[in-house]
Amino acid sequence: MQLFPKLPLAEWVEQAVDFLTDNLGPFFEALTEGIEGFVEFIVLILSSIPAVVLIAIFTGLAWWASRWTIALFTAVGLLLIQNLGYWDGTIDTLALVLSSVIISIIIGVPIGIWISQSDRSRNVITPILDFMQTMPAFVYLIPAILFFGIGVVPGIIASVIFAMPPTIRLTNLGIRQVPEDLIEAANAFGSTTNQKLFKVQLPLATPTIMAGINQSIMLALSMVVIASLVGAPGLGADVYRAVTQLRVGTGFEAGLAIVILAIVLDRISQNIGSTKQQ
Amino acid sequence: MAQSKITIRNVTKVFGKSPKQGMNLLNNGKTKQQILEETGMTVGVNKANFEVNAGEIFVIMGLSGSGKSTLVRMLNRLIDPTDGQVLIDGEDIVKLKPHQLREVRRRKMSMVFQRFALFPHRTVLNNTIYGLEVQGPDKQVQKAKALQSLKLVGLDGYENSYPKELSGGMQQRVGLARALANDPDILLMDEAFSALDPLIRKDMQNELLELQETMEKTIVFITHDLDEALRIGDRIALMKDGSIVQVGTPEEILMNPANDYVERFVEDVDLSKVLTAFNIMKRPEKMQNDRGPRVALQLMRDEGISSIYVVDKRQKLIGAVTAQDAAEAVKNNQSLEDILIHDLTTVTPDTLIVDMFEKMTGSSLPLAVVDDENRLKGIIVRGAVIGALAGDDNHINGNGVN
Repeated sequence: MQLFPKLPLAEWVEQAVDFLTDNLGPFFEALTEGIEGFVEFIVLILSSIPAVVLIAIFTGLAWWASRWTIALFTAVGLLLIQNLGYWDGTIDTLALVLSSVIISIIIGVPIGIWISQSDRSRNVITPILDFMQTMPAFVYLIPAILFFGIGVVPGIIASVIFAMPPTIRLTNLGIRQVPEDLIEAANAFGSTTNQKLFKVQLPLATPTIMAGINQSIMLALSMVVIASLVGAPGLGADVYRAVTQLRVGTGFEAGLAIVILAIVLDRISQNIGSTKQQ
Repeated sequence: MAQSKITIRNVTKVFGKSPKQGMNLLNNGKTKQQILEETGMTVGVNKANFEVNAGEIFVIMGLSGSGKSTLVRMLNRLIDPTDGQVLIDGEDIVKLKPHQLREVRRRKMSMVFQRFALFPHRTVLNNTIYGLEVQGPDKQVQKAKALQSLKLVGLDGYENSYPKELSGGMQQRVGLARALANDPDILLMDEAFSALDPLIRKDMQNELLELQETMEKTIVFITHDLDEALRIGDRIALMKDGSIVQVGTPEEILMNPANDYVERFVEDVDLSKVLTAFNIMKRPEKMQNDRGPRVALQLMRDEGISSIYVVDKRQKLIGAVTAQDAAEAVKNNQSLEDILIHDLTTVTPDTLIVDMFEKMTGSSLPLAVVDDENRLKGIIVRGAVIGALAGDDNHINGNGVN
């Protein structure tokens, strides 16, 4: 027995989505084209570089950012992917992840800075971030398809929603963690808010912000299979196809490629933050 | 009397939900304790008043929680006062708009912090230059000023080091260099030396005093260490529970504590580091050098003393004669010159008692106190030193010379 008649929440959401698609259609189309162009641009750059050269670049990057063991792993791992025939898929996935993360940074870092400046804005944003992270990622896909159609763009949008919160949270945390006496010193010498932010707070928050970006990268990677459900190309699509066709071997190969990519991206991005602060 | 650089009037800080209400309660005569119990609000600083003269070192002293750090932060408005006026050169900075306040902070006063508060991501030079950098883009001049400031504190050669590569004492020198770089009139030093080892702390105190001789800044120095306050303070304000209990010179505070609290605070003080020759010297027995041994002997007999100082017509100290030597000289018909002891131990009026001990053990005669021109001002007998250290008022400022 129900105390009250059921709230028509689902209907409301559908009405809202209908309203948005009807009225903001041109906006979503422009956004779709913009993001699509961006991803294609990254794919174009990455695939115009020969695989061997790209592997060398990644190996060098890993060497610069951390230890030689990581560099060795990067070289061997990426060569294995290439050998198994998943190079093109890896490029697509990399482009998907990079686009999601770049968009997350462009939107997330300023929001993080904003909510670090006032408790009120933080109190408004934090529950939204909780919502973004805990709502099952599949749920985003439905309106994402309606707004952005089938393809890589709804996948990126879903990835951004899921992957952006750590960047926002840790940007906020990093800035708030700057020791109080350094803030006092910055103020005592007559800094403006911007001077304090760019000369003191952001440089000192960089390792924490980098940790947030690292988490965003990992979360974006964890979305690649889900994104493939709406037509995003890449390793996720390979896994998805293997699942639907019950091909255990292929599924393992594609999955392994994702794992290798994840470890490489994680180690490189993790260490960039700490080398900068030495 | 020098001109007043900083004047604060009824400066009050109430921390809590409704500072204005706390302020009203204070005005209605409630105590800090009552306000805390009734409203949960803390009175950080309670109607503080004082003036700081240009060029003096003004020490605010109190135990932790006495409100001294809050008070100093209200001088540059790192903490905004709930009530009261903070006049810097006659201008009430509480009323300033943000950009005006920034100007004051950039040009008029800078601050040195207890835990140094150096920017870890910046080199020593870039730390020192910070206060200039925020003022504008003139890199070359700023760099020259910063380097000069580093040189002043003895850190030339370290400009490219990072703070964590330096020892605590050196880090605080960077803090001092940073504060001096924009050549402010006023230095606020919040427990600046408290985090340092005792020996380093003493070095830094001495160095600050040396720098101050040439800089003549107005310095507000916060400390919980009475010895430090007495060493460097021209005047001291004592704080307790947010209120200023007494303001005075170190000597006034020691000799005339305003109340029991101050008295208890100062009772353990090492007087030998506070009292000077001037405080304990007594009127010297002296004679001019154109008299003979007979006169010397007679004078000593009259006064019941065993030695007498010999000065010239302009009161300059020449030497001393003992009663025994004078008696011998009378017997052997020697002149005064023959028995004069030239090799005397002298001190100046501002010599601390602690620095006298060694000189006293090396001499059987009383110490002679002379001024810059070697004129005899007084003498110090051992009994007076011991009496003064025991806190006996008869031996402090009580012997007719001052």
